[in-house]
Formats: sequence, structure tokens, C-alpha cells
Amino acid sequence: MIEFSGVYKRYPGGHDALKNVSFELGTGEMAFLTGHSGAGKSTLLKLITLIETASRGQVVVNGKNLQRIPRRRVPYYRREVGIVFQDHKLLMDRTVYDNVALPLIVSESDPREIGRRVRAALDKVGLLGKERIYPIRLSGGEQQRVGIARAVVNRPPLLLADEPTGNLDAELSDEIMDLFESFNRHGVTVLIATHEVRHVSRLMKPVLVLSNGELTRSLGVHVP
Amino acid sequence: MIRYLARHAQVLFFALGQLWRTPLASLMTVAVIGITLALPAGLYLALENAREATAGWAGGAQISLYLRVDTPDNVVGQLADELGHLDGVARTEHISRAAALAEFKRLSGFGAALDALDDNPMPPVIVVHPDDAHSDPTSLQNLMAQISRYGDVDLAQLDMRWVQRLRAILQLAQRGVLLLGALLCVAVLLIVGNTIRLAVLNRRSEIEIITLIGGTDAFIRRPFLYSGLLQGLLGAGAAWVLVHLSLWALSGPLRQLTALYASDFQLQGLGPGPTAALLAAGAVLGWIASRVTVGRHLKAIAPS
Repeated sequence: MIEFSGVYKRYPGGHDALKNVSFELGTGEMAFLTGHSGAGKSTLLKLITLIETASRGQVVVNGKNLQRIPRRRVPYYRREVGIVFQDHKLLMDRTVYDNVALPLIVSESDPREIGRRVRAALDKVGLLGKERIYPIRLSGGEQQRVGIARAVVNRPPLLLADEPTGNLDAELSDEIMDLFESFNRHGVTVLIATHEVRHVSRLMKPVLVLSNGELTRSLGVHVP
Repeated sequence: MIRYLARHAQVLFFALGQLWRTPLASLMTVAVIGITLALPAGLYLALENAREATAGWAGGAQISLYLRVDTPDNVVGQLADELGHLDGVARTEHISRAAALAEFKRLSGFGAALDALDDNPMPPVIVVHPDDAHSDPTSLQNLMAQISRYGDVDLAQLDMRWVQRLRAILQLAQRGVLLLGALLCVAVLLIVGNTIRLAVLNRRSEIEIITLIGGTDAFIRRPFLYSGLLQGLLGAGAAWVLVHLSLWALSGPLRQLTALYASDFQLQGLGPGPTAALLAAGAVLGWIASRVTVGRHLKAIAPS
């Protein structure tokens, strides 16, 4: 599903955020990406979502070489990747329902399908019945669940999360992580960037460790 | 296709809703666009009306031929007859030296001074009235050239100059309105561009999120384009109303004025053609302004 080979990312000014990173994450796998802040976790996720492009090397996602995707095709590529953000990135002036429906509206899905799929996604994250509420009235954990529902509503084969439990206490964090694991059990490939090693040990999933932009350790992930 | 249209209708109503939700700001923008567009539209209308009013005035053109002072009266009479038979001349009028002196005395108020002169200084005059078919400026010029060649003619004067001058002034004014219109169109572009810029900045995070979850530029642009188009269109509508309100306010005093000139001239409003042009101009300007603005800001906001 995700294949990095010899990837470098150099920002203007000469800072190397990623240095010679190579790994493979197979379809249906789930892995953690850990390391100190500034180690390059976010940059790696940004390369997968095409917010940034690699300076050198090759990134292949879902069979697509990301360097070869022209700018106008990028939105269509992004619909294959569900993204969960640390700060949720919810629209506070729209209801929970409208927030979750956004990817379907953006991809111009059949309007008759939208209601059904939004409710299915909210059901999966346990927020059915809070459709009409504005996100501002939800707790941090609930807001993150809305973010997850939005990421999975159009059933992407790949789910990425950047510090999804960053602002949550331990109990809520575990619930969120279990949610990701349940999606993974249903066949979704999941890659989660987190600096909390606790999750890694609790869920016994493969791990990629970044330090200063280099892949220093990996457990259970194929590294060519 | 139906789904495509339904989607556009949805965005249109969304844009209308956005304008409706901020009534004061929308009203102000529309009013500013309205005033800006009302200015050239009103001037255009004023010019059209002025042209309409002066259209029949060429008919009054006449050529005055001042003959040499020593031309005998019978020769003047013969010449008047001869000119009367020329092609393009409706009739001629002979004013003898004595009649000319009498008229001048009566009109100028120099009666006493003229009495002191030994002899009559006034030349005999033939007034040539061209027929209606030859009242246009070119025919008049030709006719004038033709009759100035007669031996006894001292000076031929076309009493048409001021009509021509008026026409020239109107033409100049028309060009001025065109220039002013172009400038004010740029102003409308800037006004709409600015409100759209603020709208884009207001919805910056939303745009960023939509970009991240796979929204195309076209999808992001659409509501702004409709918003710009609607603002332009509503502004043009406001301009139309302003112009016609002004017309209505002017019509009373103008009726008094035209009555004094015994004219049956009536103020004309914007016809269907110019109205459509005004509305189209507003809509197109609004669309262009938001297209340019959103395009520029999308590049700045886009995460990639």
C-alpha cells in the first residue's frame, strides 16, 4: 500500500527533514510511526498526502507513483486517503453531520447515498444521534471521533493519523486507538504517527522509528 | 447532466444564503457597485436623451448670402430666383438693403447712430432654405460651396455651425462616458475583488480542509464565483433602480422646461437592450473579479 524507496525531503534553507527513508507497508497492515517531535513524522505523512513532494527518491501509494501525479489529479488521489489530524480540523460552523458529509459532497457523490453513509460512519465511531450538534459542544474525544468519521466516510483504502490522541487523556486515547484497530480489522491500511510509545506496546503493531529524519529502527515492517 | 445542474443550483442558493446571512455587508457592497454602475449608465442615458432631443434640429439650417453692397436690387431678385431653382433648395428669401437696415435698427438699438450715417451700410441678403433631403451637414457644405461661387456673393454663412458644434460636443461627451465607464468597471472589479478576498480569508480554514480531503479547485471556487456574479448582478440591478429613480425625480422640472420650448420631448428610460447590457456587465464583472481573486488566493492557501 505504501512504499518509500530512498526518500529525502529537504526544505528550502537546507534542513533535511527526511534522509534516505525506505520501507514498505502492505495492504491491510497497521503500523505506528514514532519518534521525537521534529523527527520527521509529520513530513513523512505530508509526503503520502501530497502536501509535500519528495526531494529525492520515490513514494508509491496504492500503486501510484506520487511524483507522476499531475497537480490537477491531486484532489482525486487524496480521496483515496483518509486523514485524521491532531487538531481535528473540523468546521465549527457546521453540524457534525455536515462535517462528516464534507468528503462525500466534495467528491460529488450521489446525494441519496450521502445520508446513509454519514450515519454509517457516525455509527462506527459511536456518535449516532449527535448529527445535529455543532462540534464546539462536543468533548475533545468526541471531536476527534467526528474527525475519524469524516476520514473514513468515503471508505478510503488507506487511513493516516497525525498524533490523533495528542490532546486526549489516556482512557480516551486508548478508545481512539481501538477505533483505528477496528477499521484495520475491516481491511483498511492504517498508519498512525504518535510520540506515545504506550500505544505501540499496548496494541502490538509494527513500528517505524524516526530520529532526525532517519529511519533508525523498525519492528515488523518490511525494510528493503 | 441533471445532477450537474442541481449541484450548481445548490451552490447558487448557498451563495445567495451567504449574502442573506450578512445583510448589512452585502447591502453595502451591492449599493457601492450600484452607485458605481449608475454613474456611467445615467450619463449614457442623458446622452441618448440629448441626441433624441436634438435629432430634428438640422431641419432649421439655413444659409445666409451677404451680397456686395453695390449689387442692384433687380440683380439680387434675379439671383434669389435662380438660387431658388437649384437642386436641394426649398425656397429663398430676399432681404433688401432697406429692409435689412430697418430690421437692424429695430433689433440692435443703434437707431440714432445709424441715422447719422450718410448711406445705408447694410448689404442685401438672400436667405437660402435647403429642402429636408439636403439638411445633413455634407449636403449643406456642398450647397454652400456651390452658391458661394456666384459673382455677387460677398459672404456665405451657414447657420448650422452651432448644431454641428453641439453634435461634436455630444460626441466628445460620449467618448468621455465610455472612458468613465471603463474606469468605473475597473472600480467594480476592485470592489467585488475585495469582498471576495475577505470572504476567502474568512473561510481560509474551510478551504484548507476541503483541499486536504480532495476538493478540486473548481469545487472550492464555485461558491465564490456565484457570490461574485450575484453581487455584480444585484449591483447592476441597484444601478438600474437608481437611474430610473433619478429620471423620475428629473421628469417634473424637465416637463416644465420642454413646455417652455413648446417641445413634446419625453425622457426615455433604459430600454430592454441597454438594461440587459447593464445587468450582463455587472454579472460578468463580478464573475471575473472573483475568478481572479480566488485563483490568486487558492495558490497561497493550497498546502501543496
